Amino acid sequence: MRNLRTGLKELRHYPSAIVGLAFIATLVALALYAVIALPLDDAIRLWRAGEGIWEDTPRNASPVLLNWWPGNNHAETIVVRCSDEAATRSMERLSDDFAIIDISLPLEFTYDGFPDDVRVFLEADYEERRPHAALAWKTPDGREIELEERTLGERATYVVSGDRRLAERLGTEAHIGLFRQPDIEDDVPLKGRYELSVEGILFEPEGDVRVRLVSYGRVHGLAGTDHRRRDLTVALLWGAPVALAFGILAALGSTLTTLVIAAVGVWFGRWVDAVIQRLTELNAILPVLPLLVLIGTLYSRSIWVMLGVVIALGVFSLGIKVYRAMLLPVRNAPYIEAARAYGAGNFRIVFRYLIPRVIPVIVPQLVTLIPSYVFLEATLALLGLGDPLLPTWGKVLQDAFQQGALYKGYYYWVLGPALLLMFTGLGFAMVGFALDRIFNPRLREL
Amino acid sequence: MAEHNNRLMAARDLQMWFPVRRWGFIPAGAVRAVDGVSFELRRGEAVAVVGESGCGKSTLARTLLAIHTPTGGRITFEGRDMEQFTSREMRWYRRRVGYVQQDPYGALPPFMNVHRILREPLIVNGVRDRQEQEERIRDGLREVRLVPVEDFLDKFPHMLSGGQQQRLVIARAIILNPGLLIADEPVSMLDASVRVEILKLLRRIQDAHNLGVCYITHDLSTVRYFSHRIMVMYAGKLVEKAPVGGLLDDPCHPYTRALLRAIPDPEPENARTYRPVPGGEPPSLMNPPSGCRFHPRCEYAIAGLCEVEEPPHFVPRADHEVACWLFREE
Amino acid sequence: MAENGRLRLKDLYLHYRSQKGPVQAVDGVSLHLERGRAVAVLGESGCGKSSLARAILRLLPRNVEYFGGEVWLDGRNVMELSEEKFRREVRWVRIALVAQAAMNALNPVVRVGKQVAEALRVHRQMTGKQVRRRVRDVFRQLEVPEDFIDSYPFELSGGMRQRAVIAMALAAGPRIVILDEPTSALDLLTQANIMNALKRIKEEQGTSFIFITHDVGTSSELADEVAVMYAGQVVEVGRADRFFPDPLHPYSRKLMASVPRLHGGGGLEFIPGQPPSLVDPPEGCRFMPRCQFSFEKCREAPPLFHTDDGRGVRCWLYEQGCEAGLAAQREPTAAVEPMDDTPPPEDA
Ligand SMILES: Nc1ncnc2c1ncn2[C@@H]1O[C@H](COP(=O)(O)OP(=O)(O)OP(=O)(O)O)[C@@H](O)[C@H]1O
Ligand SMILES: Nc1ncnc2c1ncn2[C@@H]1O[C@H](COP(=O)(O)OP(=O)(O)OP(=O)(O)O)[C@@H](O)[C@H]1O
Ligand SMILES: [Mg+2]
Ligand SMILES: [Mg+2]
Repeated sequence: MRNLRTGLKELRHYPSAIVGLAFIATLVALALYAVIALPLDDAIRLWRAGEGIWEDTPRNASPVLLNWWPGNNHAETIVVRCSDEAATRSMERLSDDFAIIDISLPLEFTYDGFPDDVRVFLEADYEERRPHAALAWKTPDGREIELEERTLGERATYVVSGDRRLAERLGTEAHIGLFRQPDIEDDVPLKGRYELSVEGILFEPEGDVRVRLVSYGRVHGLAGTDHRRRDLTVALLWGAPVALAFGILAALGSTLTTLVIAAVGVWFGRWVDAVIQRLTELNAILPVLPLLVLIGTLYSRSIWVMLGVVIALGVFSLGIKVYRAMLLPVRNAPYIEAARAYGAGNFRIVFRYLIPRVIPVIVPQLVTLIPSYVFLEATLALLGLGDPLLPTWGKVLQDAFQQGALYKGYYYWVLGPALLLMFTGLGFAMVGFALDRIFNPRLREL
Repeated sequence: MAEHNNRLMAARDLQMWFPVRRWGFIPAGAVRAVDGVSFELRRGEAVAVVGESGCGKSTLARTLLAIHTPTGGRITFEGRDMEQFTSREMRWYRRRVGYVQQDPYGALPPFMNVHRILREPLIVNGVRDRQEQEERIRDGLREVRLVPVEDFLDKFPHMLSGGQQQRLVIARAIILNPGLLIADEPVSMLDASVRVEILKLLRRIQDAHNLGVCYITHDLSTVRYFSHRIMVMYAGKLVEKAPVGGLLDDPCHPYTRALLRAIPDPEPENARTYRPVPGGEPPSLMNPPSGCRFHPRCEYAIAGLCEVEEPPHFVPRADHEVACWLFREE
Repeated sequence: MAENGRLRLKDLYLHYRSQKGPVQAVDGVSLHLERGRAVAVLGESGCGKSSLARAILRLLPRNVEYFGGEVWLDGRNVMELSEEKFRREVRWVRIALVAQAAMNALNPVVRVGKQVAEALRVHRQMTGKQVRRRVRDVFRQLEVPEDFIDSYPFELSGGMRQRAVIAMALAAGPRIVILDEPTSALDLLTQANIMNALKRIKEEQGTSFIFITHDVGTSSELADEVAVMYAGQVVEVGRADRFFPDPLHPYSRKLMASVPRLHGGGGLEFIPGQPPSLVDPPEGCRFMPRCQFSFEKCREAPPLFHTDDGRGVRCWLYEQGCEAGLAAQREPTAAVEPMDDTPPPEDA
């Protein structure tokens, strides 16, 4: 038998283990980064996607990675605020109550593709009399397109793609028409400096108008966005700590409890062993997934509840039989007899003599077990039993699945979480298998 | 009563039967591994228990160590009856009796280092003081000549040679200052050259601490160097008890004689002569032969007696007991 | 070279690959086995005895670093045979092996008689009837009652199983049998019975034996010659009737002095220190670190010196001949004396 520590040291002789460790290290780094850079509360808030949180992100945009492919130059999201330096803003006060405000938001458009949509967000300060605004679009080649005139509320949104009349005027979808080169058949965007000008009329001395122009891209962020405009980076990032925590806790929890129970059964034998064995057999015919579904639907879908249930169901798992087979020969080991002869009690023998003996054999199993629990969490989420609050890989997959992502061609939506799950599985599996080969010399090539 | 003071341990009609069940529950007799064993052990005396493989020697050892609860008979230790031990007395007993096993590597937990291995019995037996623990651990290692002590404290069993492992086992057995050492084939897994070293060590420790020693072995040839008395065991019973010299030079029981004839001293003549030993197999302990258990293999068996009635212990010479009808006093 | 002996090993090497480096388990062993005689290979655990058996029969594990030397069988160097030819003509047919602990490796679900017959069928064309007769013959030679032939291994005692394993080796009628610790796990009477049977087979059929053991006493039961192995090398070879009363090599002498004797035993000695690692054995004489007689010259590896009476010893003390070597080892050493059998006083 070899020592746990020396065995772990030996990992470095296995290239696959090193690759696996690198994967795991990356995941851990990702998880740490997530936890530090985006505190849990923020992550939950973002993922809930409340009012106004995801206004500036496109819907169903692919990852920007797509643009790294040579020849690809999809539109990215551009946000221009009136407070930006490039924006100009002038106010002409005609009388105490009456002022004209001129805001011009420049938009440098250099992409080969059209944006997904364009929106103008207008905010106005007023007490009683609402300001009025007229929007106009200036193209790089000097054309000026009237967009809309409206009386402003505290917040108003002008959705270009929703402007039917504009679409009719332009003869194509409005947000495409704005960027289109005018004289050719095909839809080809005109590159250059566009400008949104907002001419506002204020009717109060304290009144003011602020404008934000968003040209939504076809690509956004490292991971793209989903149907609710949420940046998937949030979920993919936070999925790492959740998956690691769930996987490790579930694997550790179920393995350790199982091990202890198996050891107790083996040591005390007789009816204790018999009861444990029967419980194991009973547990083996319990359908785990339907049970989880039941608990998820009837009780709670909190990830912690699920974790508890998974561990509880794992306590009497078939692993007991495996551990039992490992522990039985140890039970009769001379060193345990010696321990009894110098008076070690049952408790001490189980925890200090019986269990440590099989730990080296358990560790590789434990490591390979981690990804299977990570997958279980994803499966639960896919079945609609994911934690209602936490962003996880499984939840992303579920959304993608529900929105028919693959059918609509949003491959990124599935690929992101799937790849991360695969890396997790691969990383732990490679380390686990290497450990197995170290600790179970029978598997080692001589 | 004077004799009592000198008596360390006594067993009377000790019996250890392991029930056998068919299909796990139907009783199907018992393995009579120890079947009516009586003996006495004096303070500071080394007694060897000799017998063939499977005759119940280790079971006897385990029963004496209270690892098995005997199914019959009684054991007294320093005048106290083991059956009536309170749990406190039991703990005292476990401190008073040390155990050395056959397979030194198996006898050491592979995941503990030397220091930890020696600390365990101290912790278990309530030696809490760190200082005292350290001292006793070091003393123990010095006693078995694992020196310099510092070189060994951090080693794990697999880093030690067989002889060193066995010395560690001995150190563990004596670290609680026992009065009796039960050594179950302490050298049979070791190489010849190491064997002597361990035996010598055991003998020195025995002398130094005035230990009673129960030395279990199948190797009669080492007994002379290590024991005062020999008890020969056959199929769960003691068939002959005598001082070493008397038994080796003039054995009584036919089984003992056969054993002695079977042992080759390294002489070149051996290759040219056949050993006059009985054939046959050791008897089953589940249904041992009736009467004297050796009678099916015995060349002197007395028809109508040996296979019918079990021989009691006769005393052909002072201090020499033998369970054989050949020595019945007419 | 005239080859009148049956088996002659010349500079046989078998090194294993290991993480720490090559394990020099058999390191230049030369041995000579005459027709109908037995050579006992003595040595401590791990000195390469089983490896020697493996090397002779080419039963090699996968991690062989180096394997070489000459094995002359009846005037032919069988090391030059192809594996296929070796298997067909030598292994099991001419040289058979009773492997260490083989009795625990019997197939548990096949009757022992059948397993013995199997060993026959693989190597010899025989009719079923001949096979059955042959199986019964070998069992009879080993004093196994006939009704045991149809038992399963688990129904047999250790002694019977060991006999079955020996029967498997003898079945094909090999002229040389290598016995690797054939009786170590058995009790005394069984051991003596099996040794009696082997002696009889040697005498009646002229089978030669290589008898590997660490037990000096048992080795004397069969040996005509003794070879002492230490750390992969043969340090002493010689006739048994010379060796047992008066071994030459300091290691052999210590080994013999450590053997407790039942009759008229004197003091016992032991060899301090530990057997060397076979991965990086000591430079020069491998026994030097534990030898109380070592001197300057021992830093060089000694050759096998031959004495007048045909013995060989790998020790520099014998450079000037046998007497000089023995004279150099007269120093007395501490010994364990037998106990006097006066028990402790009756009363304290
Ligand atoms: N716990 C047990 N349960 C059932 N049978 C047992 C048990 N322990 C020992 N036996 C049986 O008792 C018999 C005697 O065994 P024991 O180990 O005492 O023999 P031994 O004389 O020490 O032999 P060896 O020289 O091989 O160590 C054997 O047949 C064994 O199978
Ligand atoms: N396949 C192998 N790979 C590496 N090392 C090996 C292998 N087989 C044996 N060894 C080593 O070679 C040395 C000699 O082994 P071998 O089995 O020949 O010894 P032995 O003299 O038969 O010992 P024993 O008396 O214990 O059977 C030992 O140190 C052993 O650890
Ligand atoms: Mg035993
Ligand atoms: Mg071997």
